[in-house]
Amino acid sequence: MPQSGLAGSRIRERRLVAKVRQADLAERVGISASYLNLIEHNRRRIGGKLLNDIAKALGVEASLLSEGAEATLLANLREAAADAQAVAPEVARSDEFAGRFPGFAALIAEQHRRLRSLEHTAATLTDRLTHDPHLATSVHEMLSMVTAIRSTAGILADTKELEPEWRNRFHRNLNEDSQRLAEGAEQLVAYLDDAGDARAGMTLPLEEVEAMLQAHAFQFDALGEASLEALQTFVANQPHLTTEAARDMALTVVRQLRADARALPIEMMARVLQDGPVAPERIAGDTGAPLSAVLRRLAAVSDSLLAQPFGLVMCDAAGTLMLRKPVEGFAVPRFSGACPKWPLFQALSRPMQPLRQRLTMTGREARDYDCYAVSEPIGQMQVNLAPLYHSYMLIIPIDVADDSGAPVGSSCRVCPLDQCDGRREPSLLAARA
Amino acid sequence: MGKNVLVIEDEPNIIEAISFILSRDGWSVATHSNGHDAVGVVTEALPDVVILDVMLPGKSGYDILRELRDAEETRKIPVLMLTAKGQVKDREMAERAGASRFMTKPFSNAEVLDAVRELVVS
Repeated sequence: MPQSGLAGSRIRERRLVAKVRQADLAERVGISASYLNLIEHNRRRIGGKLLNDIAKALGVEASLLSEGAEATLLANLREAAADAQAVAPEVARSDEFAGRFPGFAALIAEQHRRLRSLEHTAATLTDRLTHDPHLATSVHEMLSMVTAIRSTAGILADTKELEPEWRNRFHRNLNEDSQRLAEGAEQLVAYLDDAGDARAGMTLPLEEVEAMLQAHAFQFDALGEASLEALQTFVANQPHLTTEAARDMALTVVRQLRADARALPIEMMARVLQDGPVAPERIAGDTGAPLSAVLRRLAAVSDSLLAQPFGLVMCDAAGTLMLRKPVEGFAVPRFSGACPKWPLFQALSRPMQPLRQRLTMTGREARDYDCYAVSEPIGQMQVNLAPLYHSYMLIIPIDVADDSGAPVGSSCRVCPLDQCDGRREPSLLAARA
Repeated sequence: MGKNVLVIEDEPNIIEAISFILSRDGWSVATHSNGHDAVGVVTEALPDVVILDVMLPGKSGYDILRELRDAEETRKIPVLMLTAKGQVKDREMAERAGASRFMTKPFSNAEVLDAVRELVVS
């Protein structure tokens, strides 16, 4: 992907990480601060000697500023660094590393993802061992049988003068207990086989669902009027979905996206998107579709109808991210909590109120995005029972940054913003830069 | 010794084995195998030592022990708890409930015998 047009953003990000004032850098390379400001906001092209001078002043290779590395990869590398315990990776040089060794950087990011997934599996299995009443009872019963066998065998071995009547009795007990132990072991293995689903827990169900959605570009228009059974068969045949949990989640999402496609046909969406700037609330008003459906549909069709696809994130009322359609430059954390300043979360405290906000995603690219968010109730209304909400946020990339966006991050640990009331934990970038 | 021990355990062959080794050591052994009325049985028998399993039908060993510790007549009876769980939190739960000793299954005959003897001496 060509990224030379964003060299200014990369200079700004590198300068902020290095904690160098704009005026100081400008002075060191012999230009005015206002000119450097234009460069940093990608309003002036940069190359040649000036680029080399700035790179030298910032202590990086010029190619890193002119070419850069993929933002998601860098975010993942920083996440991996944040989780490091025994070593202290050179976080401030992540982009240099990713630029010079993209293969190894991708390998580290992938292995970190895999590690987190395995940690999740271990936690799940531990939880199962701790809280599964059937398993706890079975293990207790087997240990009780082992105890009886050990105690009885000890009596037979250690008692010198054991009456024949007792000896026969204990032999019989040993025989009974060993048979019960064998049966108990078989039943336990069968139970673990059933519950195991072999690969269950080895990957997060959400990751499998996202992989399946990506494979279909979030579009299920072709499913048309397919029956529920047909949808279940469709989901069951998806190679990305290896667990029952993932298939259940996928069926819910596919049914929703299919319903969106029926309410908002792609021909109509194509006309709407040709008419001018994206206005989700107008589409909702014209069609009668819920705004959340419009946001989902816009994200889904943007891949095929627009040169610049849109992103989408969805969370439940607890703020847990449940659906992610990534978009270039807007890094969505995979495991840690997302930035609380996203309108996605603000919408939860203002149900049914559409929000629109321009955001500047801090980081090396510092790109702007127009974001629309709304939270809507789920399920049927019930008397005296507060509804639960799901919140959606459509993410529309803006080509030219104009500094009007509210600064937000991906997650606190990889966000360079110094002053933020929403900060949950220190920034790795601030701490190690 | 001639002292009384009450074994509350639902596994019949464990009951038989423990009863045998304690009897051979001179103890008078009584047994009971469910949790429902275990507190009443202890209150009536007032044994010198109780061996109490944690997982019992009807009521858990922890609940039984808490009730024994709340009652004046059974408060000071030494209780040896038997459990299949050996984690720290299980030991802590037993101690909080008022267990005098804690033993994890599977145990040896000698361990049970030593524990019971020590409880009476202490």
